[in-house]
Amino acid sequence: MSDTSGTWRGVAAEDNDHIPEAVSLLLRTRSRRLLGDLLRPHRAAIGLLTGVIVVSSSAGLALPYLVKTGIDDGIVPMADGQGPGTLLAIVAAIVGAALLQALTRQAFLQLSGRIGQDILLELRRRVFRHFQKLSLSFHEGYTSGRVIARLTSDVEAIDELLDSGFDGLVTAVLTLVGTAGMLLVLDVHLGLVALVPIPVLLLFTRWFRRESSAAYRRTRETVALVIVHFVESMTGMRAVQAFRREPRNQEIFERLNADYRDANTRGAHLVAVFMPGIKLIGNVTVGLVLLYGGWLALQGTVTVGVLAAFLLYLRQFYEPMQEISQFYNTLQSAGAALEKLSGVLEEAPGVPEPARPRQPDRVRGALRFDAVEFAYKEGLPVLARTNLDVPAGQTLAVVGPTGAGKTTLAKLISRFYDPIAGRVLLDGVDLRDLDEDTLRRHVVMVTQENFLFSGTVADNIRFGRPDAPEEAVEEAARAIGAHDFIAAMPDGYRTQVGKRGGRMSAGQRQLVAFARAFLADPAVLILDEATSSLDVPSERMVQRALRTILADRTALIIAHRLSTVEIADRVLVVESGRIVEDGPPDRLVADAGRFARLHRAWIDSVA
Amino acid sequence: MPSDDDPALSQDDPEHARQVSWHALWRLKSYLSPYRRVLAVSWVAAALGIAAGTAVPLVGKQIIDGPVTHGDRGALLPLGLLALGLGVAEAVLIFVRRWSQASPVIGLETAIRDDLYRHLQRLPMSFHGEWQSGQLLSRATTDLSTIRRFLGFGALFLVMNIVQLVAVTIVLLRMYWPLGLLVAVSAVPIVIVSIRFEKRYIVISRQVQDQQGDLATFVEEAAVGIRTIKAFGRGGHLYDGFDVTARRIHRTSLAKVRLASRFFTFLEVVPNVTLALVVLVGALAVAGGSLTLGTLVAFTTLVLQLVWPVASLGYILAMGQEAMTAADRVTEVLDTVPEITGGTRVISAPRGHLRFEGVEFRHPGADRPVLRDVWLDVRPGETVAVVGATGSGKTTLTALVPRLLDVTGGRVTIDGHDVRDLTLPALRSVVATAFEEATLFSMSVRENVTLGRHDATDDEVREALEIAQAAFAYDLPWGLDTRIGEQGMSLSGGQRQRLALARAVLGRPRVLVLDDTLSALDVETEALVEEALRRILADATGLVVAHRASTVLLADRVALLREGTIAHVGRHHELLATVPEYRALLAQDADLDPEEAVL
Repeated sequence: MSDTSGTWRGVAAEDNDHIPEAVSLLLRTRSRRLLGDLLRPHRAAIGLLTGVIVVSSSAGLALPYLVKTGIDDGIVPMADGQGPGTLLAIVAAIVGAALLQALTRQAFLQLSGRIGQDILLELRRRVFRHFQKLSLSFHEGYTSGRVIARLTSDVEAIDELLDSGFDGLVTAVLTLVGTAGMLLVLDVHLGLVALVPIPVLLLFTRWFRRESSAAYRRTRETVALVIVHFVESMTGMRAVQAFRREPRNQEIFERLNADYRDANTRGAHLVAVFMPGIKLIGNVTVGLVLLYGGWLALQGTVTVGVLAAFLLYLRQFYEPMQEISQFYNTLQSAGAALEKLSGVLEEAPGVPEPARPRQPDRVRGALRFDAVEFAYKEGLPVLARTNLDVPAGQTLAVVGPTGAGKTTLAKLISRFYDPIAGRVLLDGVDLRDLDEDTLRRHVVMVTQENFLFSGTVADNIRFGRPDAPEEAVEEAARAIGAHDFIAAMPDGYRTQVGKRGGRMSAGQRQLVAFARAFLADPAVLILDEATSSLDVPSERMVQRALRTILADRTALIIAHRLSTVEIADRVLVVESGRIVEDGPPDRLVADAGRFARLHRAWIDSVA
Repeated sequence: MPSDDDPALSQDDPEHARQVSWHALWRLKSYLSPYRRVLAVSWVAAALGIAAGTAVPLVGKQIIDGPVTHGDRGALLPLGLLALGLGVAEAVLIFVRRWSQASPVIGLETAIRDDLYRHLQRLPMSFHGEWQSGQLLSRATTDLSTIRRFLGFGALFLVMNIVQLVAVTIVLLRMYWPLGLLVAVSAVPIVIVSIRFEKRYIVISRQVQDQQGDLATFVEEAAVGIRTIKAFGRGGHLYDGFDVTARRIHRTSLAKVRLASRFFTFLEVVPNVTLALVVLVGALAVAGGSLTLGTLVAFTTLVLQLVWPVASLGYILAMGQEAMTAADRVTEVLDTVPEITGGTRVISAPRGHLRFEGVEFRHPGADRPVLRDVWLDVRPGETVAVVGATGSGKTTLTALVPRLLDVTGGRVTIDGHDVRDLTLPALRSVVATAFEEATLFSMSVRENVTLGRHDATDDEVREALEIAQAAFAYDLPWGLDTRIGEQGMSLSGGQRQRLALARAVLGRPRVLVLDDTLSALDVETEALVEEALRRILADATGLVVAHRASTVLLADRVALLREGTIAHVGRHHELLATVPEYRALLAQDADLDPEEAVL
């Protein structure tokens, strides 16, 4: 198998932290495009949302102003002996503004929450569907761990942004701008004094943003290493213990954990500087306003009410700064997540669906390779130009040394890959012209990896034909000799298989996979080393079953052990990506070629 | 990743959950003891910071009532500077609190994680077989962060907020008691609603988490089983299941948003309405002369200052509850007693005489033993093959030697010592095992091969790789320093098996256990490996699980395992001739028709 030539050290820009500026710009554009794409259907709702938030913020901003009016126009005249009429009106206005703010805010939160969740659902669906569409070659390089990470932690990072970050940012920005405006309206001089620290604030925030983004990235990197090491040790615990790896593992883990601690501490220290820093600027401003405002009040240029309003406004002026910088962290992780997700969505499926699929009425299973060439990596051909004709119903065995290209043949027939030149035809139709459903209904491959899905044994056998009745399931199991052990399980066919079939032996899992393939009843059946984990009696049983099952369908059998080859009508010997021998088994044995040698070696090994 | 249908997860089943209490969390506090002084500093700083923050509005009151109202110019500057000073002091104190808190709290998390990992490495395979690594991971990450957040932030503010609440209320009551009372009363609904809200919020958050776990399970299966899914073209079927769960999350999240939006709105309405009432009552009082204007201004500022401490009480209590659950989940693992611990003995010059004496093995709670009354004597230097049908207990038998599992009856001895009397490192350096499913780690080939003996020399590594026919490793892009991808996925099954075999034969162990290690090799490679193994096994004691006659030929004798016990022991040809069952298991052509045998 040529997959040893795959990528060894991480893949693509995804794991690369030092990417050139130009590339990172490209990535940002790509993320933005995805975001725009997701937001577009909600344009109207977002417009409404903007209206609501403006009303809500205005109502919130009005409160200190109303307090000021209350003091200046309500209390002071009252002290002079006037009636409480104005005061009551103002208090009513305060209550009104508070309620208005509350109602609009609730509406805002619900509306933005709905939009956010809708977007999330759409994103999840899109990414999941896209992963399913991507070819096996993509999955082999990308690894399942990353698929899981994309669809869990990355989507959750975006969830967090939509959930709290967005609300925080919009409210904070509006409050910030509104408050600054109100301060200037109330009193220009005092307002200017209150706003003097803003440049300092901005510089300070920028410093923090830059530092914390580096620290944040470092935290994420280090925690990822901790997690990877942890999970690997736990899944491989048997080898760890059998080979006394524990002390060295502990050493490595503690080092990674310490790196994570340092990164975390650095982040915490940055926040420890930033938060009080903002507070300091805010408090100094309050002190200045008190001093200058007090002086102005002494002069009689500002009223006590204005002073009170300033103190109230300043409270809500500096708090949002903290939220904005919090938001920045959320935004960063969401941004990183979006970058990766948009990258995934950008991957074109290696085996695209045909624009106008052909629908053959009956598939007999004749296969043809028409000048097919294949390479996983450019310049490293795995299959040299190959022509091959397999009439419907023929059982074809493919033998040859490891890495000769046997599995590649199988993968081309099941269209896990497309050839780089030539065509693979099923009943004369190019596989590329068949839609996936049609192809999969007629071509099924059983490999040595027998993945069982959580659910019952019956569910697993039924995987390829979900509507199959129970009798059919049992019949398939009986046919390949899996019925006895299944019936002996606690709940028979209804037994839960446990995580990835962990409660069955490798051989039992393989038998279930066989039953699954037979029940699916395809026109073309491919067996790639499918009996390697079986013991001899089970293998024999399977072979006996194969005789019946393969009678009326085309089959391609790949095997190291020639026992499986016995039932073949025809044998191909493959070496270094070429078919070097082709013919009925007895003739090849008589020819004294490569197959004859292999056959003799095998006869010796089972003697 | 959690999944509902897996009984192995019953630890998380609420019915089985242990009583959540402060107990577990309280125990973890010992991790903080090295930091006692630093923590004292941060608590004092927190208290002083709150005091300074509360004092600022009071100075504001003085400014309004003194200089502004009475035209007292002289007092303005000192008071203003005082406010400034207090403001600076508050910021500095917050800085001290945050900075000093960072190391203890993060240190606590790190230390617990180290201990957790150490403990997990000591727990036997019976434990690891039951627990999914995702479950353990969530304890080592999410749960520890929850504990850290509470101990670092929640616990402090739980105390400080109450102090602040009480202190400010006292100040307010003393300034003008009717208004103070009004403010105190307005805090009551907030506290009640907060606590009720947090309870419901936790429930719904858990639901979202669980559903996200379900979704993760779907994703995991879809990713790991992608070949099978593609082979049967069942992507649509899986998508449907995914979609149902994703929509369920969507629904629950919306309910969560609705709940939260109502609560946060409520949280803003009450103080604002209180503010209006304060202005109203305060204005009347000012007009009546029983309250100064400055006091009223201070009042309004202080009322707003109280909102956060009051509202966050519920949040912090919820955090505390989560931290308790988290601590419970963590201590549950830490409290699991490793059933397999080493003895004290060391064999100084092992000969490798392996004996099974009346061995029984039974899974906990199972009514039928997997192995019973197994007697087998493997003399030093001898190799015995273990043959048996699928499910006869072969793998279990091999796991008993390096004590990956422990016998439940009888004993396994090496050179006359019960394996349970030996220290684990001593035992496991005498016994080396290669498993059928090769476990490789994402590190270099060299590290993978020298897993148990990182002091092995280059020559030893070369010898091991050659025996296992794994010299292909030298041709990898970076030779032996090539990192093997996730789970060794970038190697073929046969290549992985050969590396695992090299690992086992490295340094020529006295006892070599091979559990059907050659199943993924092609015939020619298998022949070469067997050839080389024969040399190794010539002077090591071997226990070899075999499916094929070719592997059996490595052994001097064969033990036939039937339904958990050894039915026959003898030479291959003897058994072949005298035991039909054995013949059925091993002879390829046993009952094939004549014409098939010709091929």
